[in-house]
Amino acid sequence: MTTNIIENKTSNLIKDVGSFPSSQVMLDLKNLKKVYPTPKGDYVVLEDLNLQIKKEEFVTIIGHSGCGKTTMLSMIAGLNPISGGYISVLGKHIKGPGPDRGVIFQAPSLMPWMTSLQNVLLGVNQVFPHATKAQRYDIAKYYLQKVGLEDAFDKKASDLSQGMQQRVGIARAFAIKPKVLLLDEPFGMLDSLTRGELQDTLIEIWNKEKITAVMITHDVDEAIFLADRVVMMTSGPKAKIGDVLDIDFERPRTRKAVLEHNDYYKYRKHLIDFLEH
Amino acid sequence: MKQSITLGKVTKFMGLGFLGTIKDLFTGKLEKEDLISFLRKVVVPFASILLFIGLWHMGSQSLYNIEAEFKIEKALEDQGPAAAEALRACIASGESGCQPNTLPSPSQVWASYQSLLRDHNIISADKAAFIEKTAVLNEKRIAEGKDPITYTGRPSFVDQIFRSLKTVFAGFLLALLIAVPLGIFIGLSPTLKSAFNWFIQIFKPVSPVVWYLLVFMIVKTLLIDSNEDSSFTISFISVGLCSMWATLVNTAMGVSSVDKDYINVAKVLKLGPFQKIFKVVLPSSLPLIFTGLKITLSVAWMVLIAIELLAQSPGLGLFVWEEFQNGANDSNAKIIVAMFVIGIIGFLLDRLMLTIQNWVSFDKTDAI
Repeated sequence: MTTNIIENKTSNLIKDVGSFPSSQVMLDLKNLKKVYPTPKGDYVVLEDLNLQIKKEEFVTIIGHSGCGKTTMLSMIAGLNPISGGYISVLGKHIKGPGPDRGVIFQAPSLMPWMTSLQNVLLGVNQVFPHATKAQRYDIAKYYLQKVGLEDAFDKKASDLSQGMQQRVGIARAFAIKPKVLLLDEPFGMLDSLTRGELQDTLIEIWNKEKITAVMITHDVDEAIFLADRVVMMTSGPKAKIGDVLDIDFERPRTRKAVLEHNDYYKYRKHLIDFLEH
Repeated sequence: MKQSITLGKVTKFMGLGFLGTIKDLFTGKLEKEDLISFLRKVVVPFASILLFIGLWHMGSQSLYNIEAEFKIEKALEDQGPAAAEALRACIASGESGCQPNTLPSPSQVWASYQSLLRDHNIISADKAAFIEKTAVLNEKRIAEGKDPITYTGRPSFVDQIFRSLKTVFAGFLLALLIAVPLGIFIGLSPTLKSAFNWFIQIFKPVSPVVWYLLVFMIVKTLLIDSNEDSSFTISFISVGLCSMWATLVNTAMGVSSVDKDYINVAKVLKLGPFQKIFKVVLPSSLPLIFTGLKITLSVAWMVLIAIELLAQSPGLGLFVWEEFQNGANDSNAKIIVAMFVIGIIGFLLDRLMLTIQNWVSFDKTDAI
């Protein structure tokens, strides 16, 4: 879809969004606005932000630091009030946070006094209150196994490495079976080796579950490897969607295949050109 | 081998790590590199204790001499040289009736300590004999529906210690039951915080004596019909009210400063208020709550002495006051014994709290 970069960027900034049939749309951001009042007057972080995300789509969001990516994501999560416009999930406007939108935070945010199993159960118990105890344990254990932690069920979260903690975070988010998964730079604090491993884990579990995902990242390669579409945000204030890039690699993907694909460097150049202007 | 590792861990856990070093010395496990640390941890404190006792001895000796000279001079002025000579001889002979009354020396204090222990043994034996003697009679009285006869003799020094500990724990429990829940509510709700802030700021610095008087006013009226001795009730409530502030403030602070990430997790998972408090807020603020409780216990122990003294409630405070009023020749030494006992128990209470804190709190970075 998006082939000619330079033209798109300058002319029609909100192209490509709002064009899906409503039955396909999972997440809809319409004329979204965020204003922080300051002593010197209002500071507009986001304005006229329009974005639609399809069911079973993986979207990564890339943009400069401080452009309002995290603000947007926490608004979708319901943790940050909306100043204007609306956000809807399957046509229903969101009101506050809820387990239909799972979040994987930048810091693992596990309760350090709980074991990894207890951390996952905390969410599972909440979402499946009518399941038996055994069923809930099975769900939690299943997802911990999926992220490669079958030997660490009873380890205290504070005893796990950062990478392992984030694995628990992934298991916790998937285990509550959300409609939308929101990831706020989940691998930003990890070293590049662990980061690669966790990307593989994430994409593996995602291929099975196909939960609509919105992920913020600073890493261009990560954005291409994981996404169906990469959304580029303009720098704030008054940030909005700058450009959208479709990634047409077929799934399931392997890192090797992606790196060797002819289009890879074209995509990469597109993103870097956007970020450098 | 395994045993000794656990023991070492336990002592370290309780903040008594130096005991392990002493044990290593005797079992010959000490490496050369450990020698410096051994010197620092064991020899230096031991030397400083000896130095302290030495200075104390010299100090008390010089005070004794000043007091003795003054006494003799006074006798010389008032009663003439013969009386002065007699007094000098009396003091030199070490007779208890004419000893100068001043700071006792370490050996006097040690002697008093042993005499207090002997006294305790005598009283305990007396008490045991009394109970044995009245056992049959008491059974009969209970069967007849009358009150049993109880031992009403003078409590021993050790009994006083246990009475004091009882008062302190009752007061501490009261402080815990008031301050922790209240602190949680204040920490969770900014409205409650502003409602209670003035209250905390004004009452926190109030002196124990005034708290005692306030509690006395209220409890006296509430228990007006009761024949029971209210001194225990009054003193433990006063101790609780004096000491609860640290816990209240720390709990409120801990609860209101829970990591925002945890709160966000709770929000995303839509945890109910009950679950949010017990699964997220409380565990994460436990370290701060325990810091507060530790302060509370040490404050409770500190104000206890003053409050027992005022309330005439049996315990170490009353013991100290009675000895001071008593003015017997070994009274001063007994007061110093009580001082050390108070200090040592305070230290042990603090270690106890530290142990519990390490036990329950998740942040075990410097424990085990």
